[in-house]
Amino acid sequence: MKSFRRLVYPYMVWAGIFIVIPMLLIVLYAFTREGNSTMTLNFTLDNFIRFFQDEIFIQVLIRSLILAVITTVICILIGYPCAYFIATLKPNSQGVMVLMITLPMWINMLVRTYAWRGILLETGLPEEIKVYIGMVYNFLPFMILQIYTSLSKMDKSLLIAAQDLGCDSRQVFTKVILPLSIPGVISGITLVFLPAVSSFFIPKLLGGGSYVLIGNLIENYFVTTGDWNFGSAISLIMTVVILISMYFTRKFDYDKEAR
Amino acid sequence: MKKKVISQAYLIAIIAFFYLPIIYVVVFSFNDSRSLTNFTGFSLRWYEQMFANRTMMESIYYTIVIAVLATIISTIVGTLAAIGLSKSRRIIKETVTQINNLPMLNPEIVTAIGLMLFFTSLNIQFGFVTLLLAHIIFCIPYVMLSIMPKLRQLDDNLAEAALDLGCTPFQALVKVIIPQIMPGIVSGALIAFTMSFDDFVISYFVTGPGINNISTYVYSSVKRINPSVNALSTIIVVGITIVLVLVNVIPLIKERKKKHETNY
Repeated sequence: MKSFRRLVYPYMVWAGIFIVIPMLLIVLYAFTREGNSTMTLNFTLDNFIRFFQDEIFIQVLIRSLILAVITTVICILIGYPCAYFIATLKPNSQGVMVLMITLPMWINMLVRTYAWRGILLETGLPEEIKVYIGMVYNFLPFMILQIYTSLSKMDKSLLIAAQDLGCDSRQVFTKVILPLSIPGVISGITLVFLPAVSSFFIPKLLGGGSYVLIGNLIENYFVTTGDWNFGSAISLIMTVVILISMYFTRKFDYDKEAR
Repeated sequence: MKKKVISQAYLIAIIAFFYLPIIYVVVFSFNDSRSLTNFTGFSLRWYEQMFANRTMMESIYYTIVIAVLATIISTIVGTLAAIGLSKSRRIIKETVTQINNLPMLNPEIVTAIGLMLFFTSLNIQFGFVTLLLAHIIFCIPYVMLSIMPKLRQLDDNLAEAALDLGCTPFQALVKVIIPQIMPGIVSGALIAFTMSFDDFVISYFVTGPGINNISTYVYSSVKRINPSVNALSTIIVVGITIVLVLVNVIPLIKERKKKHETNY
């Protein structure tokens, strides 16, 4: 059986070259000055200092975080009842509903966002609202499916037991169903929050260019300005911010379980 | 009873929200005028324009070619790597899994600019090759992820027995191991195909002049109002719906046939 081990070696080389090195390059670019050749690296913290000294960049970062948090909260508020209602349907209808929700996800995100642009074009809504609609539209299915999965996996005899022991239907929900579905909500948060922080085509398509998020900044510095060092620094900052927020989400989950 | 009405109304509203943009593009792809808000009459002119638009047709072509090639290559490489990985020592297993997690957990834009910097430092010209390579790179971890659980269930003794009975390792691989993990390979290939077909962010950063997939084409044509994008979208919607209906209905029919046969 050991002879099959060798099959992984080529992929280890591949992953080292095509996954690890690109990530290291971002770090390298973030900590160096523009115009360096590979021979003479000028290490510097200028890119980070530039970011944190400029109020506009900080504002963009905060705006992206707020947008991602609000999007996630809206997705939970709309998605939870939806997942709950689906889970209470007959098994066959549950399958149909899940299919109905997954079907639009197969159609290119860009195409669907482009459609929203047409729908919202002359509604006169503020740009920010349009961006929120696009965000919620694109990420809500992930939230619904995650919560639905955790609800449908739930042992139904627990609900009957709770009722037998004198819980009313509200208590059954708050004391049994809700705590047991938290893991689904947490993985839903991961699937919504992460792409929402870094998204750049939804704000660009629906916000009409005036609504800038951190993803748009990165896009600008890489595609328009060509200042890759600063762009790399921004994406490094974004990654760190995401890691920190994910850490707290997970921690919240564990704390709840510990209690 | 009242509760049931509320829950059904809620579900209908959600479904309507999800399908609104899809219905919108289909309806407005038949619009007679340029307007994206007023339906003035039925016409097929945007479809004509779409078929006459070379860049648009090319973007469909590139999307399909890249998706097919990336699926085939990433499925083969991913399957072999996953089989090797499942037999490797723990430290290798964990390292490779962690590395594979990078592109799956990182925001797509980070993976994208990483590859952009990488291709530039190697002086590779941006275009078809970089686009295909990037798609293969981000598809393989998903293929491996969907095969690994099947490999964990695999009974090592079967491959061992095949080897003892005189199979070469290659025969043991093709005749014993791969058939057992086939469901994982198929779902991995499906994931790879849809990932590649739908990708925008990574393609946007690594593609070169003249090479567009559907996503990057739609993004670049947003500045001007171009209703033939609606026609293009409608064709995608129809195509995907047909495929999904077939995929979901064929097993049902087969099952029914089976039941029918066993009834007699």
